Amino acid sequence: MKPIYIQDVTLRDGMHAIKHQYGKETIKTLALALDAAKVDAIEISHGDGLAGGSFNYGFGAHTDWEWLEGISEVLNHAKLTTLVLPGIATIDDLKRARDLGVESVRIATHCTEADISPQHIAAAKNLGMDVGGFLMMAHMNNPSDLASQAKIMEAAGADCVYVTDSAGALLMDGVIDRIKAFRDVLKPETEIGIHCHHNLSLGVANTIVAMQHGANRLDASLAGMGAGAGNAPLEVLIAVLNKMDVEHNSDVYKLMDAADDLIRPLQQRPVRVDRETLSLGYAGVYSSFLIHAENAAKKYGLDTRTLLEELGKRKMVGGQEDMIVDVALDLVEKVND
Amino acid sequence: MEVSKVKVAIIGSGNIGTDLMIKIMRLSETLKMAVLVGIDPESDGLARAKRMGVETCHTGVNGLIEMPVWNEIKFIFDATSAKAHHANWEVIKAFPDKRIIDLTPAAIGPYLVPPVNFQALTDSRNVNMVTCGGQATIPIVAAVNRVAKVHYGEIVASISSKSAGPGTRANIDEFTETTAEAIQSVGGAARGKAIIVLNPAEPPLVMRDTVFTLSENGDRDQIRQSVHDMVADVQKYVPGYELHQEVQFDTIPESDPVFIEGLGHRHGLKTSVFLKVTGAGHYLPDYAGNLDIMTSAARATAERLLQITQGK
Repeated sequence: MKPIYIQDVTLRDGMHAIKHQYGKETIKTLALALDAAKVDAIEISHGDGLAGGSFNYGFGAHTDWEWLEGISEVLNHAKLTTLVLPGIATIDDLKRARDLGVESVRIATHCTEADISPQHIAAAKNLGMDVGGFLMMAHMNNPSDLASQAKIMEAAGADCVYVTDSAGALLMDGVIDRIKAFRDVLKPETEIGIHCHHNLSLGVANTIVAMQHGANRLDASLAGMGAGAGNAPLEVLIAVLNKMDVEHNSDVYKLMDAADDLIRPLQQRPVRVDRETLSLGYAGVYSSFLIHAENAAKKYGLDTRTLLEELGKRKMVGGQEDMIVDVALDLVEKVND
Repeated sequence: MEVSKVKVAIIGSGNIGTDLMIKIMRLSETLKMAVLVGIDPESDGLARAKRMGVETCHTGVNGLIEMPVWNEIKFIFDATSAKAHHANWEVIKAFPDKRIIDLTPAAIGPYLVPPVNFQALTDSRNVNMVTCGGQATIPIVAAVNRVAKVHYGEIVASISSKSAGPGTRANIDEFTETTAEAIQSVGGAARGKAIIVLNPAEPPLVMRDTVFTLSENGDRDQIRQSVHDMVADVQKYVPGYELHQEVQFDTIPESDPVFIEGLGHRHGLKTSVFLKVTGAGHYLPDYAGNLDIMTSAARATAERLLQITQGK
């Protein structure tokens, strides 16, 4: 069996935890630390992918191009990777990232909308990139329909397709059923990936059961640095893989040190399971909504949990951050009636 | 009076072309639906046209210009694709008495958003309707800009998955790029950004559009009033267009500016406008406001051009 492929997301999903404010030097320091610990891939972009900087998702401290510049040249082991959400970033943005040394990209869509990705997947393949299809909010689609969406991405040229639990809402059986459904329909050479959020404290457990049923690309981040309660914490995942005698390339001690010495001091809002982040997983809400919902709740005098639950009820999907203030205003009106 | 109506043709028998046909037949006092042109004789749109008594042609623009009624047609609406529009325009531009209203992202002609820049484009033989999200949001960017200079305009269009046809899905970059360009060239923003999100919820959600602008510090009451006035202007041709919330303001202070790609650090006034576009339910159900706003803008453009050419 091929060694497990560890994809770090500290410098992409982790952006959400600090409102996309990593400095250029911090990005470089962290990329070097991750590379020294031999993760296989390092994803860098705004939290919402290339071109995510906006009022809707939050403006970054830098452009994606500034963050990516000069990184590929200093990596010895890890591939430099990035994220594209069609509808936000374009193929031109992808080309620009390629020119900055990005070798691999995930093309992300909502779990029922894979047919907006083939153009971008094909373009990435034409640029000679490794391509993952990233089916977000995977809890909102059943295993067999989700697998049909994975097929669309595979047909467009994706080398790997991910079960992406953006809301951290899947339980272990839900992960297993989706990975099995992927394995049933995808070609044997198409890899399967798993991306978890820790909102129900299942980040590592869900990643492990996915691996046991056929996923070999695992997403994780240092100290879980990511949206909501964060991702599967990378140093914990590697420790568990070591205890399971699973073959991989990463160094657990170097990751522990990076998590505690480099990442935790950066966290303004602690990345942990608390009332608000647990509510994301419990209500099935896009983890990136967290800080925007906390801000809106504060501005309009509402309870964050109530706001998140209402967003879940209305079936808002990733990218609809504008609806957080809209729903908050609806709730204010209801209170005043 | 039926006899005084001017004949029009629509090329493209998909969602947009068919919805536009129904709107012209049911609502227009000055336009007469003459021909619906497609390339698939089995298409639902052409079948619908036949049932409604409209002449059809399934051999594209080349078939259209061979039809006896061609000489009487004054306006052609193109609801095909960007690529097909280039070919269609090559054929149609040889007929100097015809004007074309382009609903594809080809944008050979200038972008037209009726309440913003119609007056400047009355001589243009080919005008482009931008995108559904552009028609819904650019009037708002312009409404802020006429009170306080807009540095940056950003729009988010959320449409129901069911109302996004295969053409839209296969060309999603065309939406973001075209809309962003028109936020600048028509809306007046120094920099534009557009985002589109598809939501598969059942029952389907009505189209929503949110506009964020960062402008110089202007008078909030004047901006609010300007937005309300603009919404009323759009409602004249899209009855289901409305403000879903009162206009929201935030100060972006000089001490804590935002970093906008292409502009650098900026401060000023952030204005947020939350719109809802309910369709008239002509071809697709009323959640498909995205369809309605494009076809209604195209219809309004033709009717207003006609008014001017007839000297009214």
